[in-house]
Amino acid sequence: MKTELRTLEAVSAKGRLLGLDMVYNCASGHLGGSFSAMDILTTLYFETMRVDPKAPQDPDRDRFVLSKGHCTPALYPILAQRGYFPEEDLKLFRSVEGHLSGHAEMHHVKGVDMSTGSLGQGISTAVGMALAGKMDQKDYRVYTVLGDGEIEEGQVWEAFMSAAKYRLDNLCAVIDVNGLQIDGRTADVMPTEPLDQKLTSFGWNVIPVDGHDFAALADAFAQASAFAGAPTALLAKTIKGKGVSFMENEAGWHGKAPNAEQYETARAELAAALAEKEGK
Amino acid sequence: MAEKIATRAAYGKALLELAEQEPDLVVLDADLSGSTMTKDFGKAYPERFFDMGIAEANMVGVAAGLAACGKKPFANSFAMFAAGRAWEQVRNSVAYPGLNVTIVGSHGGLSVGEDGATHQCIEDLAIMRAIPGMTVLCPCDGNEMREAVKALMAYHGPAYMRLGRLAVETVTDSLEGYRFEIGKGVLLRPGADVTVVAVGMMVQEALKAAEFLAQEDIDVRVIDMHTIKPLDTELLLQAARETGCIVTSEEANVVGGLGSAVTEYLAGVCPVPVLRHGVEDIFGRSGAAQKVLEAYGLTVDGIVDKVREAISIKRALTMG
Repeated sequence: MKTELRTLEAVSAKGRLLGLDMVYNCASGHLGGSFSAMDILTTLYFETMRVDPKAPQDPDRDRFVLSKGHCTPALYPILAQRGYFPEEDLKLFRSVEGHLSGHAEMHHVKGVDMSTGSLGQGISTAVGMALAGKMDQKDYRVYTVLGDGEIEEGQVWEAFMSAAKYRLDNLCAVIDVNGLQIDGRTADVMPTEPLDQKLTSFGWNVIPVDGHDFAALADAFAQASAFAGAPTALLAKTIKGKGVSFMENEAGWHGKAPNAEQYETARAELAAALAEKEGK
Repeated sequence: MAEKIATRAAYGKALLELAEQEPDLVVLDADLSGSTMTKDFGKAYPERFFDMGIAEANMVGVAAGLAACGKKPFANSFAMFAAGRAWEQVRNSVAYPGLNVTIVGSHGGLSVGEDGATHQCIEDLAIMRAIPGMTVLCPCDGNEMREAVKALMAYHGPAYMRLGRLAVETVTDSLEGYRFEIGKGVLLRPGADVTVVAVGMMVQEALKAAEFLAQEDIDVRVIDMHTIKPLDTELLLQAARETGCIVTSEEANVVGGLGSAVTEYLAGVCPVPVLRHGVEDIFGRSGAAQKVLEAYGLTVDGIVDKVREAISIKRALTMG
């Protein structure tokens, strides 16, 4: 890895702390899926992607589409830490005075490459970006993160087919497999497994990975970059609500803000984790 | 006799003609390129043509991604699927981010004919118009279609354009000083008694209705309102003030389309009688196109009846 493991761990731990504050401040937002995706986003923005916060519109930059667009409490803290905008701005998340909308928005939030929020749509736009890259013979890569509940949307499979048809090896889709969605276990609400077989049969290169192991994620992204002729899907096994004991693996924490007591408990746990990673 | 060409055919030709000078132009289709007339573009420019299969939702999203990387996508299907099935993708992936994508809905209205109600989209103008910031076009003939495609090339932002299946007479080419501009209606015929504001293939019918009524000394003004949104309010207000009553005519449901747009505007600034001619809030059905149009009153006679009604209401109001 180019970036030290300690750095990635600290960014991610701080990201969770910032995300918790964002959601608590406005009393709404999606922590469960944000915390499951936090380590993936950290790896992308601090290790894998070729981006420059000083040139957010550089036509040659790598692109990222948060197809699970509600997970802004992961994306925004990562973008802020990467230097796209001040961390201070996070305080106005989901408020009319601020510029950070509840779902990812590309015109007011520096670093966001596509507005998303309606599930199943981001992956298609990522396919379009990858297609444009191929047309222009540019070497940028396109990354997208989907939820494992999100892929119940039929459009996602339309997008999978089209990415394989056009052999978009510059596209890497991460499926955040936390096994939960709003109404409960994904296996109960609408079973999607076996994902590896489904994606392989759709013509994708499939890499299973531990979505909380930075070195494994970095390696998987590197493998995806090196793979020619087909798009790559990372099946990232994750824990919804990762990092907060009472949120982990609880579907109820999909889109709920903590009360004051829960907030204090969560904050203490995340602050302790951050202090440990920062070596304090 | 004037040239007869379907607006979809003129559209296909225009894409092909403009391809060389528009290197960013890319065309997407959903397995209907022979009908939407994008096939020739696809043959001539295979590297800029993407057949996305029978998957309109993904097609619209892919178009959005291409636009986000500087391309100028035209995404095509039948109006029913481009505007209908993929409505939310148009709203959230194209219009909300303000991306430079043109959605093209071919085979709009009842003139689809034999395929029947499932394919006769009469709601596209309404549902596309309901999206904030959306530009909505429905050119009336081949000449206007060519101009519209040129204008769309220069336009930056989300747009929807409806094309028709049937060959229609070209009426705008003979008009002196004709110039196409998005958002500017065209005064095709002066008149003082009533104004017919028409769109798409009803423009030709409106001109015939005006011709017919002239024999009875009814002086009908005809406006070709090729842009339903943004509406040419200046031209409308002038027509309402000068003729005192309006008939709108469209090959679409009377709920939500041109008729609604005109009514909404005039109700606030110059509330003259506005009668809406179109599909009376019912589904279409199978049949030869012309027969279906007749069965639903989308004819010269249908417009003539509305015009008489509008004038009688205006007179009653004036006398009252």
